[in-house]
Amino acid sequence: MNSSPTVVTANDNAQNEEPRVDVTSTDAAAATPEESGEASVRTSRPVVAESAITDASHAVKVRAKNVDFFYGTNQVLFDVSLDIPEKSVTALIGPSGCGKSTFLRTLNRMNDIIEGTRHTGDILLEGTDVYDPSIDVVLLRKRVGMVFQKSTPFPKSIFDNIAYGPKVAGLKNKAKLAEIVETSLQRAALWDEVKDRLNSSAMALSGGQQQRLCIARTLATDPDVILMDEPASALDPKSTARVEDLIFELKKNYTIVIVTHNMQQAARVSQQTAFFFQGVLVETGDTHSLFTNPTEKQTEDYITGRFG
Amino acid sequence: MSTASASDVPLSEATTSLQRSASFTRLKESGIRSLLFLCAALSILTTLGIIAVLFSNAIYDVSPRQVGRDGEVRPNEAFFQQVSVTEFVTETRWTPGYTEKHFGIMPLVCGTLMISGIAALIGLPIGLCSAIYLSEYAAPRTRAIVKPVLEILAGIPTVVYGYFALVFVTPYVLRPIFQDMLGFDVGVFNAASAGIVVGIMIIPMISSLSEDVLRSVPRSLREAAYALGSTRVDVSTRVVVPAALSGIIASFLLAISRAIGETMAVTIAAGQTAIVTADPLGSVATMTSYIVNVSKGDAVIGSIEEKSIYAVGLTLFLMTLVMNIISQFVLRRFREVYN
Repeated sequence: MNSSPTVVTANDNAQNEEPRVDVTSTDAAAATPEESGEASVRTSRPVVAESAITDASHAVKVRAKNVDFFYGTNQVLFDVSLDIPEKSVTALIGPSGCGKSTFLRTLNRMNDIIEGTRHTGDILLEGTDVYDPSIDVVLLRKRVGMVFQKSTPFPKSIFDNIAYGPKVAGLKNKAKLAEIVETSLQRAALWDEVKDRLNSSAMALSGGQQQRLCIARTLATDPDVILMDEPASALDPKSTARVEDLIFELKKNYTIVIVTHNMQQAARVSQQTAFFFQGVLVETGDTHSLFTNPTEKQTEDYITGRFG
Repeated sequence: MSTASASDVPLSEATTSLQRSASFTRLKESGIRSLLFLCAALSILTTLGIIAVLFSNAIYDVSPRQVGRDGEVRPNEAFFQQVSVTEFVTETRWTPGYTEKHFGIMPLVCGTLMISGIAALIGLPIGLCSAIYLSEYAAPRTRAIVKPVLEILAGIPTVVYGYFALVFVTPYVLRPIFQDMLGFDVGVFNAASAGIVVGIMIIPMISSLSEDVLRSVPRSLREAAYALGSTRVDVSTRVVVPAALSGIIASFLLAISRAIGETMAVTIAAGQTAIVTADPLGSVATMTSYIVNVSKGDAVIGSIEEKSIYAVGLTLFLMTLVMNIISQFVLRRFREVYN
């Protein structure tokens, strides 16, 4: 008798976590237990976020032009061109190894620290080529922050984690640092949970809290653009929901680019979606129409779960 | 729900035999197992043997009484059965070879600590900086050259270091600076030259152990730091080194306990003057160099002079043991951070 409930749970999880669900039906997405369980947290947000951001109301913040990228002799991006509108969420989706993370990392030159990589083409941030020799990569990364898949709190106190960015930028004023720490934690919706223990170790926080700490830490450097590399893939559904709520909130002030394997997540949080396959940007468009009416066969196959 | 109980369903027929076969294979298996166990046990047995010898000669003699040819029963007593622990610890003179014998360990501990201190002053910063360079800065090709060269240092016999101190460091480094320029008197045998070469000797140990812990700091932590607008110096000094701090401290402690136990270079370069002093340019005696000098000298077996080396050895053993235990403790704390 013991075995059958276990099987049911497993099936549930499969539906819940696996992205291979046809998300064109908004009802199906809304009906997952993960969603209903978080009703109190996620307020009145639509399941497929509002669309039509390709109009003139959002200027282009970041423009990638004909980007090729190589690890040694191995080419992983082929002629990728993509416009990222400001103050909105752009989701990069595609199967593992399709180059979406690599593309994300070209935007703040994180690939620079990997030996033997090179690229051609341009990445323009507000019209400035970020790979121009005159560009200070340290300043660039302050304006284009990044949140990683694995939460990476430094083995320091919560306060020192958030204050790290401003400190390396040279800020020494204690009162100012405290202010930045507080506002960053508030924006990352973590302040209430940690305000009484700012001096305890960040390693003691739960996985979801650590990830929000990392987002707060990025906010503390006052970026314009936030890159997120699968920020919720290592989190449980509840923490995932909180991070997604946060992304939804942050897009009012920041330009966000998010890599995700979870297509429901892409549908929920983004306004624009770009589908990568084998290093090629196959299709891009506003999220609603890409998921409901993809123009490319490969996109349709992927989002309906035929491969990947 | 119809979950069938075990008895309802017939078991499937056995298709292949699971019987144990070929007892020779089993014998070989247990033979190898015993052999490996013996190898592991050997080092433990050796340690126990050393402790037993130290104990028997220094604290309480357990060997059977020896009777001389003339029927006289020889006194067969361990060091601390003849010298009180209080004298050993508080007396400031160490003169086992003189007519008026004093057994105060303080001069030897003082000499040992002075040389270890100088060695730490030289070896710890240079070792840590080389580790940071190798782990955070060096291109793979540079590391492939620098690392083996650094490790060659560890392969040089310590007696060579001793003569290096005596015929190079003292006359060509210390004398020109401290004697000719600053007017201090630099002895032929001095603690400083010994301390310097011991410091050089422990550099490879620190750099290779510290480099291991620095490299074990997850790459993700470095990337996170870079993504927040860190320079390479920020990443190394504010993130990677603090994250690896306990491992680095453990490598320091291991290196210092190696410096404390270092024998040959110190015997050659530091001389044999057992006095409590703060002058690094004069000759000192260390615990290890005392043991060497008694061992190669003409101390009568069974005499108090001969027994004294076991007391010194025991002290040395306890000091390095404490250092090693502390470093083990620190290392274990470090491991908890990333598991």
